[in-house]
Amino acid sequence: MPVVMDAERISRALTRIAHEILEHNRGLSDLALVGVRSRGVPIAQRIADDLRKISGEEIGVGALDITLYRDDIMGASAGIKPLVRKTEIPFSIDGRTIVLVDDVLYTGRTTRAALDALTDFGRPKSIQLVALVDRGHRELPIKADYVGKNVPTSRQESVQVKLRELDGIDEVVLQGKA
Amino acid sequence: MDVARNDAPAAPPLTELKHKHLLGIADLSAEEIVLILDTAEAMKEVGRRTIKKVPTLRGRTVINLFFEPSTRTRTSFEIAEKRLSADTLNVAIASSSVVKGETLVDTAMNLEAMSPSMIVLRHASSGACHLLSRICKAAIVNAGDGMHEHPTQALLDAFTIRERKGKLKGLKVAIVGDLLHSRVLRSNVLLLTKLGAEVWVCAPATLIPVGMQQMGVRVTTNVDEAVEGADVIMMLRMQLERMQGGYFPSLREYFTTFGMTEARVKRAKPDAIIMHPGPINRGVEIASEVADGSASVILDQVANGVAVRMAVLYLLAGGTEHETVA
Repeated sequence: MPVVMDAERISRALTRIAHEILEHNRGLSDLALVGVRSRGVPIAQRIADDLRKISGEEIGVGALDITLYRDDIMGASAGIKPLVRKTEIPFSIDGRTIVLVDDVLYTGRTTRAALDALTDFGRPKSIQLVALVDRGHRELPIKADYVGKNVPTSRQESVQVKLRELDGIDEVVLQGKA
Repeated sequence: MDVARNDAPAAPPLTELKHKHLLGIADLSAEEIVLILDTAEAMKEVGRRTIKKVPTLRGRTVINLFFEPSTRTRTSFEIAEKRLSADTLNVAIASSSVVKGETLVDTAMNLEAMSPSMIVLRHASSGACHLLSRICKAAIVNAGDGMHEHPTQALLDAFTIRERKGKLKGLKVAIVGDLLHSRVLRSNVLLLTKLGAEVWVCAPATLIPVGMQQMGVRVTTNVDEAVEGADVIMMLRMQLERMQGGYFPSLREYFTTFGMTEARVKRAKPDAIIMHPGPINRGVEIASEVADGSASVILDQVANGVAVRMAVLYLLAGGTEHETVA
């Protein structure tokens, strides 16, 4: 089980992403972060904390649950379903630049669902994408604007992001096929 | 078990309702009930959005088959279906072939031939949903069968109590009214006792069903005793259409002896809530001041019904179309 990112690397990657967001958008007015549940939410919160430290500005953070927008739940056998959690976006996204935050970018289907969900909440000026890990194997034409680390993987492997807030530890682990 | 909100951060990504149909609360475990209530909380958020619609059940057909009159339940199911993007249609019995003598089974088989994913059934006969669940491939959702069960009503009642009180375990719930004819009573008693509430039921002796004591509830004919110190007062409608007379002397006398008045409500806890599944008979089982008072959550129950039914439809839907599940 190779650890591809430890706590220090995760922290540095997120601080770098915060700087990139600031540079790319030339300021933070009308910018807000939306994390994809579960692990995108604490990552978005950390980036918001970094942005506040750098710029002194308070950035809104929302949580998006994409379960009801997934394209694979109805194909699963009857009864077995992902748990639906609450979407909490405590601000209007109309006219704002929304930075969507997820832990792992893989096929792009989660991002597709998140884009559909966001569209139901309003009409942002633009949407940008943060992924802590980009592991490749895209099945849709989706690309991240900010990446913590590119991790080449095979489809048989799995990437597990563990975060202090949810898992008690900060690390990214690559699990190989048995 | 305690009804902890399922906000556990590292919650398992998959959950399972181990049933193809929702026929009654009797079949559900406490964990499954909590899963439905937790899912309904997320669904309630959808109802607060400007665009109150998610694409989850796109391309699925849901038939609402109602053999008995209903305003709340049918409307609530239809809104829930539409918010999940299902294609939904209502079969109104007055304009259907039932008036030409078609049986329930024949009606169901013909609807089934048009490949619906789910059939929401209300019927005057207890067990009608169980019957259809044995012959239909579509998932059957019980929207009230005779004097048997009305599971989504009990679920929305539990959701409303949990929303107000934060829990169900240990609460004193007094259920007062026509116990004998009430499917709402049966579903609620099953659900509330599974989740650890202390349930009291109260009615005139003629309206207490045989075997009530065996359902794990306290039975009384004294409404003041039932309401004393209660956290929740749940009134049931006098189902005059199911009575052939003789259960009690007069509606006026019933109101005097069992009706929920402001004076009686004072015996309950100061923060007690008043519930009623509707439709209410003002001045029969409940005084207007109580039904419209600040402790009344009757309209919250209606609002929560949509979220709870969305949760049930979401959790039951799935599988490839017409997959046979043993």
